[in-house]
Amino acid sequence: MSERRPAAAADRLPVLKTHKVYVAGKFPRSESGRFDRALAPDGTPIANICRCSRKDVRDAVTAARAAQAGWAARTAYNRGQILYRIAEMLEGRSGQFEALLAAGGTAPDEAAVEVQASTDRLLHYAGWTDKFQQVFSSVNPVATSHFNFSILEPMGVVGVLAPESPLLGLVSSIAPAIAGGNTTVVLVTGGQPLPATTFGEVLNSSDVPGGVVNILTGRRDEMLAPLAAHRDVDALLLCSPDPDVARSAEIEAVHNLKRAAVRPHEDWADVQSPYEITDLQEVKTTWHPIGS
Amino acid sequence: MQTSTATASFESPPIDAVGVEERVARLCSRSIKKDAKLQALHLTLSMIDLTTLEGADSEGKVRQLCAKALQLHAALPDLPHVAAVCVYPALVGVAKRALEGSGINVASVATSFPAGQAPIEIKLLEVRKAVEAGADEVDMVISRGRFLAGDFAYTSDEIASVKEACGEAHLKVILETGELGTLDAVRRASDLAMRSGADFIKTSTGKIKPAATMPVVLVMLEAIRDHYLRTGEKIGMKPAGGISTAKDAIRHLVMVRETLGQDWLDPDLYRFGASSLANDVLRQIVKQRSGIYQSFDDFSL
Repeated sequence: MSERRPAAAADRLPVLKTHKVYVAGKFPRSESGRFDRALAPDGTPIANICRCSRKDVRDAVTAARAAQAGWAARTAYNRGQILYRIAEMLEGRSGQFEALLAAGGTAPDEAAVEVQASTDRLLHYAGWTDKFQQVFSSVNPVATSHFNFSILEPMGVVGVLAPESPLLGLVSSIAPAIAGGNTTVVLVTGGQPLPATTFGEVLNSSDVPGGVVNILTGRRDEMLAPLAAHRDVDALLLCSPDPDVARSAEIEAVHNLKRAAVRPHEDWADVQSPYEITDLQEVKTTWHPIGS
Repeated sequence: MQTSTATASFESPPIDAVGVEERVARLCSRSIKKDAKLQALHLTLSMIDLTTLEGADSEGKVRQLCAKALQLHAALPDLPHVAAVCVYPALVGVAKRALEGSGINVASVATSFPAGQAPIEIKLLEVRKAVEAGADEVDMVISRGRFLAGDFAYTSDEIASVKEACGEAHLKVILETGELGTLDAVRRASDLAMRSGADFIKTSTGKIKPAATMPVVLVMLEAIRDHYLRTGEKIGMKPAGGISTAKDAIRHLVMVRETLGQDWLDPDLYRFGASSLANDVLRQIVKQRSGIYQSFDDFSL
């Protein structure tokens, strides 16, 4: 029997994957039909990615809105289980993510560290889902005959401008948002979109209900303004070191006074804290009359 | 009741279901943008029969719906008003008082809506009561059981007697196409209704799925066109149930324009029966004018 070997690269046309976007638990292409090339640092094309339009943004917001009430109604414990499940699936595909990061120019050993850190970050927020309420809610002393308490509620639909950091930054921005019961529309506009689109595949096989995380790829100047201005988006998480980018989005966001949290970090190794969750929570204070 | 076997004895043309699907698919691919879209959205609003047909309907609910009909969106006072408010007979009086002097009609379902399984005397009484209470339009259901059993004369007589009971009020005949099974039956029922005195033919009660699908509506529009060519009478059309987005509504308008022509792009001849369509249309109008995507939270119920 003759020995079978893979063909040398020169003898075969490579099959470039089209990385599709992740919306409402499905993997559609952009409604616009447009695509961009994802390039290796030396300029060779390594994949095709969708170049989404503002209509894709609109559809993603619709999906996120539809999923929000159900996701927030899950028990905090169950959200933690699902975040843990994402970590399990990411761990299982760590080799693939290391290869994607390496193809984008990350050194192999750094890539391995980044994938591990991303998995650990998911575990961190998985643990916090049913604990941050205990830490940050309060019973407040008041001078009247009221039982007065404050609890945290998710803001709703959070628009996320994903950071340049292709995996760790992405995970660090999505995890705290969904841990607290929000749903997200994530714009991936950096130079390395492939870990993000592949992370969509991880989410889809991790019991995350469709619409809780929606990942769009494309160009920032086409997608950010419509997302920031969209009146059905309740909050923004703007991960960009460029203050002008965050500022322009915040100006668009005034229409419905949505909250904007800005994350200018370039290194996401230490961006891990329950305050990342509470920044995307609204405080509800209740005055409950009690008998005198 | 006079018997009108003669009215019921005619042939309806057979329907090419595959051809209908293809025609619908082609019409759905039209792109309506910018000014034309805005115009279509305004026209859609003026064609809506704002509807509430729930067991839980109360006077308060109907008054609230009428308030909505009178003022669709406070921020846009220049919008056209809806064509009618559609309620159960028991609530016609409430709606009539709330809409007095506004030019908005009150429509009432009758004839033991939605099943239509009641003795004819009771159905006619219901129609008379609705008209007495002030209904400008009556939406009747046909007896689908008798129709499907082939008793076309009965269906024809039933429609004719209800028409008589309506007096001045306009009669819309609900075929409940979701229960008719085939497009051929839809065509047959449409022809029958128009020959028996319907002012409008209407697809569905909204209680049965599928309701106003595009192929069904196209078949009914073609029946209306053939009736017009045969008799010169312009019969109206009302798709109801399942049309909840502005996009769907615009597709319907394209189909009407292409099948029946400009004359039917008028609230007197075309209506949408819908409860949630109005807010989506409003959302699109505000989006079109401001450039900003809107939230349902910004529009009243």
